Order: sequence, then structure tokens, then C-alpha cells
Amino acid sequence: MSRTHVTTTVNGERREFLCEPQQSLLDVLRDELQLTGTKEGCATGDCGACSVMLDDRLVCSCLVLGVEAEAKSIDTIEGIATDEGLHPLQEKFLEHAALQCGVCTPGFIVAAKALLDQNPDPDEQQIRYWLAGNLCRCTGYDKIIRAVQDAAQTMRGEAS
Amino acid sequence: MQSFAYAAPETVEQVIAVLQEHSQAGKPAQILAGGTDLLVQIRSVDGSARTIVDVKKLPETNRLEIGASEIYVGAAIPGAVLTANTDLKARLPGLVEAIDLIGSTQIQGRASLGGNLCNASPAGDTIPALIANAGRCQIAGPAGTRELPVEEFVTGVGTNALGEGELLLGICFTPPAARTSDAYLRFIPRTEMDIAVAGAGVSVTLDEKGICTAARVSICAVAPTVLLVPAAADALIGTSLDDEALAAAGAACTAASSPISDKRGTAEYRRKVVAVLCKRAAGIAAERARGSH
Amino acid sequence: MSEALDTREYKVIGSRVVRPDGIDKVTGRAAFGADLNLPGMLLGVVLRSPHAHARIKSIDTSKAQAMDGVYAVITGADFPNASETEDPALSANVMAREKVLYHGHAVAAVAATSMAIANAAAAAIEVDYEPLKPVLSLDEAMADGATIIDEQLRTAGADEASDTPTNVAQFMRLDRGDVEQGFAEADVIVEGEFATPTVHQGYIEPHACVATINEGGQANVWCSTQGHFDVRSLAAKVLKINVADLRVTASEIGGGFGGKTTIYLEPVAIVMSGKARRPVKMTMTREEVFRASGPASATKSRIKIGAKSDGTLTAMQAWIGYEAGAFPGGPLAPGLMCVFAPYNAPNFLIEGVDVLVNKPKVAAYRAPGAPQAMYAGECMMDELARKLKIDPIDLRILNAVEEGSTATYGPKFKAIGFKACLEAAKAHPNYTRQLAEGEGRGIAAGFWFNAGMQSSAEVHVNENGTVTVIEGNPDIGGSRASMALMAAEELGIPYEQIRVIVADTESAGYTNVTGGSRVTFATGMAVIQASRDIITQLKERAAATWGIEEELVEWEDGHAVPKPGVNADVQPLSLADIAGNAGRTGGPILGRASLNARGAGPGFSVNLADVKIDRETGKVDVTRFTAIQDAGKAIHPSYVEGQMQGGAAQGIGWALNEEYIYDADGVMENAGFLDYRVPVASDLPMIDTQIIEIPNPTHPYGVRGVGETPIVAPLAAVANAVRDATGIRISELPLSPPRVLEALDAAEE
Repeated sequence: MSRTHVTTTVNGERREFLCEPQQSLLDVLRDELQLTGTKEGCATGDCGACSVMLDDRLVCSCLVLGVEAEAKSIDTIEGIATDEGLHPLQEKFLEHAALQCGVCTPGFIVAAKALLDQNPDPDEQQIRYWLAGNLCRCTGYDKIIRAVQDAAQTMRGEAS
Repeated sequence: MQSFAYAAPETVEQVIAVLQEHSQAGKPAQILAGGTDLLVQIRSVDGSARTIVDVKKLPETNRLEIGASEIYVGAAIPGAVLTANTDLKARLPGLVEAIDLIGSTQIQGRASLGGNLCNASPAGDTIPALIANAGRCQIAGPAGTRELPVEEFVTGVGTNALGEGELLLGICFTPPAARTSDAYLRFIPRTEMDIAVAGAGVSVTLDEKGICTAARVSICAVAPTVLLVPAAADALIGTSLDDEALAAAGAACTAASSPISDKRGTAEYRRKVVAVLCKRAAGIAAERARGSH
Repeated sequence: MSEALDTREYKVIGSRVVRPDGIDKVTGRAAFGADLNLPGMLLGVVLRSPHAHARIKSIDTSKAQAMDGVYAVITGADFPNASETEDPALSANVMAREKVLYHGHAVAAVAATSMAIANAAAAAIEVDYEPLKPVLSLDEAMADGATIIDEQLRTAGADEASDTPTNVAQFMRLDRGDVEQGFAEADVIVEGEFATPTVHQGYIEPHACVATINEGGQANVWCSTQGHFDVRSLAAKVLKINVADLRVTASEIGGGFGGKTTIYLEPVAIVMSGKARRPVKMTMTREEVFRASGPASATKSRIKIGAKSDGTLTAMQAWIGYEAGAFPGGPLAPGLMCVFAPYNAPNFLIEGVDVLVNKPKVAAYRAPGAPQAMYAGECMMDELARKLKIDPIDLRILNAVEEGSTATYGPKFKAIGFKACLEAAKAHPNYTRQLAEGEGRGIAAGFWFNAGMQSSAEVHVNENGTVTVIEGNPDIGGSRASMALMAAEELGIPYEQIRVIVADTESAGYTNVTGGSRVTFATGMAVIQASRDIITQLKERAAATWGIEEELVEWEDGHAVPKPGVNADVQPLSLADIAGNAGRTGGPILGRASLNARGAGPGFSVNLADVKIDRETGKVDVTRFTAIQDAGKAIHPSYVEGQMQGGAAQGIGWALNEEYIYDADGVMENAGFLDYRVPVASDLPMIDTQIIEIPNPTHPYGVRGVGETPIVAPLAAVANAVRDATGIRISELPLSPPRVLEALDAAEE
């Protein structure tokens, strides 16, 4: 089977890989680039566990072809903490116990970051609808919503 | 084993050439826009090898123009771009509502208006909104470009009017006249992430006294294709869009429906709910039309 | 093994610390089932039955075998005869032999160098089936002349033994007093019939494993499981291998809720690894998870309750039928034991059956059997309250079991928190909050026994006084934090100085599953005992250092000190002091404990649900939800609340939209998250919680399990709220919009 050479940027680094034309970006991230923080929960775009940013837009990586990553920029859960430490969302997810099993957590954090980057002060309903494509079966979402609210407050520079 | 291939041409002519070449050689090719339906189909419905022709690199499929005499929405623009466009939202609020209802935020990041239309699902959310607004498909092909009303574009469950070597570039609309507005509502069991059990798109035009002078009503998920329901429009035209008129339009939708029972709802349920959705959507469109000058 | 309750004031437990494995889980580092890749690893897929019920006439794998990149193709013939194993049903479920018993049943498997090749090879396997009529419901299975799924099956527990083939795997009865007499004494009797659908746990991580086996038959398995010791024993049974030859490492686990307490892929991957002589990874697709893992039983039930006009219960009667799926083993016993457990009924008769149908074999799902049973029971308690015009909480308080009451299932309750939960519900502001137009409010009680079972723990003291806890329960919801909190409490050192390792089957002592709400209780007890073992040793070391009698040393706030009144001119020794000096006082300090924990305190809950109904579409929205539950003692309150909130969400999903939808051939039509509708974030309100702490007298800190009780009450709480809002009792779940609208319209006519 012919494999296509793709050059892309992942978490700010130039990366190259070979992939089959029908292979998803999710499979490429996990199997070719060994970035297993992005999870597969359904492979049909219904659970959000594979959420990544593609050219600064939130997508399900299971619904993007690996070949489409050519010359694009991809950001995954592995790129969210920085030299400065954890992102406020990561801190608040821990503080609020907003994860139980933790398998949906990377997707939630990537998706919530996309929200806060464009809306620093979302209300509860905005958070719930923005995150409706991220399934969590453990928490009932309550603590996740609170963690996002608290992180937003911290990011706005307000005391929580 | 036959292999998959991927092509991402940068001109419409190249896309047409690739499609024709495959068609003549008897090799399968399929157009990719946002991919939110196509990738699922490849993975879980039909995994057979084909050439995937990405049309996202064409200027024509990415153009968004909201002019005084024409509105043009490129077929491959992701929903997230369209729903963030306040100008488009002001002109065609119902259409933008319909786009916004497709899937999650993540799906919105990829799913396109053109893809939703070409996929030709009986439950496609944007199709009633496109029909209600008298959208016109801009189609490019070997014989040049042609225009087709959206209601004529969908030909059956999952089939459309695109011929050999043709692709959908975008949808055109005549900007709504004064005191004209639209709305789209669908019913799903949850608040998000479901496919419409039924849906209704309504556009109404009022005169200065608030009497409805023109209307278009379109409904989805209640027949093999999305329907334009002239009888529902007739029930609205000439009225002040009072409760009685809205109920009559709803009843006309029920009468026009020929739904099936499936995992998403019973036929009986769909017939009832499509009337409720038409009534409510017409009420919202009327409110909007009254507020627009 | 049980422990006396400790009544001291706690320093660490009860605090909301950050879990030790947290950072790895918010940064994507944590390795789940599908995250391990080994050099030379192959990818395996399972070929599954397209029929719900069929005889396998032949399987031809030759075309698949011949394909490039294919290293192993196996069928049932590559496994030991199912009937010769210790668990024939499990064996036949892992890989079908003569018959396929449900759509999705495994019939063959392939390992190849890529998924594309593996899938193509699986498609090239030719299976010749003789389709049989599928049996798809309890009624069909029990009807006269029903198609028999297993000709060898006879009803266990039947009053009169019969040699007639049947689909009824088990009959069970619990009774006390004279139920007919009880009904005769009643002023008021309510009766109802109920049905619940097949539902799935819906864990987000699909089943996944990686297996290797060497030429000597020594195997390593990495997998997502709630219990790696169980994977070891179950896989050893299916493959007839020595448990000593099988080392199982539990990956991080992406949810289980009972569904990952058995095995599906693991033996298949081991067999293929043996054939290919390379590692084999297998992962289920989401569709496979729905079709071929273990959902929860669909049920049918009949409930009858009689009471005096003041509300005192005189008789309770239940019949509950559980669909077992393709093999016996639905949660009949726990369901029957739970249905009326919260109440004192002088006379009761509880009967039920476990019945085979051509659907996947059910697995545990959070309080297995109880949600279905108590949905029916608590709906009828609601009807009784309405008929008697008594407040539904007051009715329950009047009849509630308490310390000393004899449970319907036999034992006398020790201290329990049911009345405390009811009283808290009555006093809760959400119980008296004004309802908006179109809203309704429902209340229901929940109950689960909770389990104890076997656990082991080791506590290692490092040279600088930090501590490593080694245990064997996969951490599915923050248990590393609970273990560290309990060790810190005992040892008197900061929580941050403790690390918790979930070790593999060769590195940890034998430990039962993460399930039954047992981990914080039983494994926690082992950690406490191992920590106390350490303290004994620390006191010995201090005594030796000081040259005084061991009995004269106390452990206080992380330090060895002489007992009050002991005349010794010494400075207190910290854990770090003693650890640093361990080489000179007898060597490394290592504590351990193993136990079979008894006396798991039962868990009770009361839930309040408010719903809003769209009368034109039948859509039900939960607008407010309150979960009140007795946790005994909340070791980490955030994770206790999390269990209550998560269980509420699952229960709300079960009540409103979740169901397996089958076509006439027994093919599930909604095998994906698009149409199997679990609640999404925008479907739910915040879920208010109130933790009640009535200590369990058999645990040193009073802990009771909290994981399962939360899913029990929401079904009836929501159903009772819909009843309140509409005035109509809809007796079948889910309360999906078409069902609710149909009921509303029928009531209008």
C-alpha cells in the first residue's frame, strides 16, 4: 500500500510521517508519532476523546485524514503544559477532582482550552453546550464544569 | 488489494479532471469537504478503496460573500466559520441556527454546508433551512457551471443531482427583503449530538401591517427527501401569523409527511412533532420578521 | 476480617487532596489499554457473527491464512474444548464453538501487521452458518414452545426439578411471613408492572489488551481491566494454563462500571501471540463494545404492596425477570435481595428468574440488578404514598429499616444511614423549592450491600522516610488518593510523602476486583493494617535506639515518643529519622497485610429529581437533581461526590434515553454513541450532593462503599418526577420522547 509523506507542525515542532491516505489523524498521532495522550473512544466523532486543534480550530482527530495535516498546525494534549508548568485548566481539573478514570480528560482539556481562548468568561450553559461533544461517563460533568469556570476565573486574573 | 488515494487539487478544473478521469476509468472517487460524514462512512459502512478528492483548497468553495444583491456561501466552509459570522447570522438567522445544530463544537470545526447538502440525508439539518431561503446550488462540471434550486438538488436518500465530473461550489441566496426572516427548529431526544427526529425550516415575509405576503416551509426527517411544503406556506400567507395560521401550517406539514419508524422515532411521533416544529419555527420567524425593517 | 471503629479526630482523611496520578492524567502521559506498543507488535481483530442465533457448519480460514502480513488466524478449534474447561460458558463466550448465540459473538480472529490487512483477512474467512430462530425477549424465551438456546440447560433452584430443556437458567425466591395474610390486612393495595431495556455501562475506553507468550508458555498481558488477578484466573481457565505462567499488568482504566470485570480479548490475543510468536494488540471498536461486551439485563417485573391507612406496610410482593443474555448469570440474586431492602415488611414474597436470550451475555453494571428492581419497587412506593395521601418521604421514614432490623435478604443491619438520608432529604431546600409550571418532582431511595472480599497491601518505607504503598486495585476513580490518605493518617506523615503503586499480578498480593464498592473499604483496610504493621516496627526500632522497652514507646504525629510518664531523656524520632537509621536497627522497614474483609456496611441513598416536560414533544429535561447518600466516612469527599454525581448521570440516562434497540433478527440498530444516547454535558444540571456519615462499625474509619448505590435511585426518582408532572404512570423505561408523548396523548383522549 502506498504511503504518503506528510510534513506538519505538532505542538510547535516540525514533524514528518508516512501514512496511508485513509488513515485518520488520530491513528497517525497515536501510531506514527507515538502521541498517545489523544484517545480513541468511538472513531465516529461522537465522544470527543480525540479532540485536537487543527490550525487553531477544535476538531475530532478521528474525522480528519492524516494526509490533510500537510502544512498544517496541530496541537494536542501533550502540548498544553509548558515550561511554566501546568495550564490553569489542568490545575483546576486536579483541584476539583474533575476526572475519575481520566480517559476523557485530554479531550476535555483540549476542548475547554479552545473555549477559553475565544471566550474568557463563558456562562454555565455556554460551557455545557461547547463541551457537549465530549462524553464523560464518570463525573456527571458537574465537577468538570466547575473546573472550567474556576480556570476561566484564574485566567482572567481574578481570585477564585 | 486496490488502494486508497488522496488528491487535493487547487483549481476547479483540476477537480473536474480528476473526477472525470476516475469516472472514465471506472475507478471510484469521492469528494471530501469536512469529512465528518465521509470518514464515518469509510470506517463503518463501506471501507472499499477509492480516491478521496479534497475540495477544501478551492477558492470557490471557501468564498463567503454577503452582498447587497447576493449572498454566496462556499460549499466547504466549516460551520464554525459560518456561525461566527454575525453578518450572515443577521441576514439568515435560521440557516445559521441549522448549521449550528450539526454535531458538536468539534464537528462544527470541520462540517460544511456543502457536505451536509451533498450527503443528502433525509435528516440533514441545513437542507430545510436552505430550501426555506430559496437557496440555489452553484454546480461546476465539464460543461461549465449551472444553478439548481436546493429542493431539486436532493434526489433521494443519500443521492443528489451531481452528474459525472460535477461538484458543488457553493449556495447563493437573494438577500431577504424587508420584514423577511427565517427560523429552523429540529427535535432531538437529547440537547446535542443527535440526528434530527424531525425538523422544520420556515421563511416568512410580512407587509407593513404584519400580514404574511410570502412564505416557504420545508421539513426534514419525515420523508425520503427533505420536502418543500407549499400547503404549509399557503396556510401562512394572507394571515397575521396568528396561532390558528401557525397550527394550520403545522397540520399541512403533518399531511405532507410520509415518515418511517426507526431507532430515532416512530412514524406517528414524527408526524405529530413536525407540526409542532413548523408552528414554533414559523412563530420565531414571524417574531424576527416583525423586528426587522 | 473486620476492624473496630476508631473514634479519634482525623488529620488527613476527609481532605480534598490532589490525586497522586493526577498530573499524568491531565497531560496525556497516563498509559491506558490501547496506549502500549511493543516492537514487532501485530494488530488483532475478531470476526464476529452476523447472526443472533446460528449453528456454525464450517469455517474456512485458508484465504486469510494465505494473505501477506497475516501471522495468525484462529477459531474455536484453537482453544481447549469449552466443556473441558472450568468455565465452559466463559470459554464459549470468548470464542464461539458449535453455535453462535448473539449478533457479534466472536467466531474467529486474525493477527496481522496492520489493521487494514487484519480486517481484509477477517473478511476473507468463510463461515457457513445454519441460521436459527433468535430468542429476543424474556416473554419469548419463557413462552410455551420457545426456541431453546441451550439444549443442556435446566432451571437451577426450581421447586420441582425437571428434565425439560428450558431457557430459564435460574429461579429464586425470598420470603417471610404470609404475604396473602399481609394483603388481607392491608387497607390499601397498589400493583404495577414494569419493564426496563438492555443498557450499557458506556465506559469511554473500549476494551484493549496487548499479549505476548513465549515458547515456554509464559505469557504477559497488559490490559484495561477492573481486576488483573481476575483476568489471570479467568484467562487461565479458558486456556487451561497455569496461573503462574500468566502475568497480568493492569493499564490505567478508562471506565468500567462493572463491564471490565471479565475477559473478552485477552485469551484471543494470547493464543494468536503464541501462533505468531510476536506480541499482539487487540482493541475493540465502539461498535464491538456495544455488540459484544457485557451490557446490563433488560427486565420485566410485577410489584404489589399493601399498607394500613397510616402507611404501615403489611405485605410486599415482587416478581422480577432478568435477561441473562446468551449464557446464564444475570444479576437475579442481588436484584431480588435489593428490591425491598430499605423497608420493614412483616410479610413479603420476592421471586424471580434468570433467562437466556440471544443477546450478549450481561456483565456487572454498577449495583448489578438493583437499579432495575428498585426502579419498579420505588415507583410503587410512590404510588402507595399518592394513594394514602402521605408525603413520600414520611411513608419511607415510617417503614425504614434501621439498626437491628432484619433485612429482607437475611442478616440484621448494624448502624445504617437510611433514616438519616430520608431526614436530610426532607430538610433539603430542594425538597420544598417551588416548582415552575410544567415541572414535577420525584423522590426515590437506593440501596446496595457493598462488598468486602480479598485484598493485600504492602507499605515500604524509603530511606528518607517517604512511603510507597503497593496494592492491586486498578485506580478507576481516585483510589490511589484514598489509599495514600489512609496511610498518611495512620503514619502521621504528610499525604505528599506517600506514593501508591498499582502493581501487576506478580508484584502485588492477590486482590479481588475494583468493584462491589469494595476498594476504599477492603483494600483501604489492608493499607491501614499494613501501616499499623509499620508503626509496630517503628516503635521497636525507636525502643532499640533508646534502649527502652518497646511497650514504653508510642507513635504520635509521625514520631516515636516515650509514653506519658516514661522517664527517658530522649528526643522524639520522626519516621525519617528511623528510616535513615534502619540499616543499623535491623534493615529495611516493610509492612504488609492481607485480608478477606467482612462487614462491608450497606449503602443507602435518597435522590430528588425535578423534571420539566414539553407537552407537545414529550421531551423530559431534568432541571434539578439532588443525591443524598450515606458514605460512612468520606475519605476523599470530592471523589465520593464524584461517585454520587456520576451514578446520578448514568441513572438519568437509563431513565430517559438509553436502550439497546434491536431489529427483528436480533441485530442492535444503535451500536454507537450517536444513537445510544448517554447524557451529554448540556443534558444535565449541576448535581447537588449531600454526604451523610453514619460510620460503618466494622471499618476502622467507618468507611462504607460508595460506588454503586448512586445509580440505584435515579431511575425511579426521574420516573416519579415524570409521574408528578404529568399525572401519568409510564411503567416502561426509557421515558423517551415518543413514549412520553404517546402517554400524554392517550391520557387526553
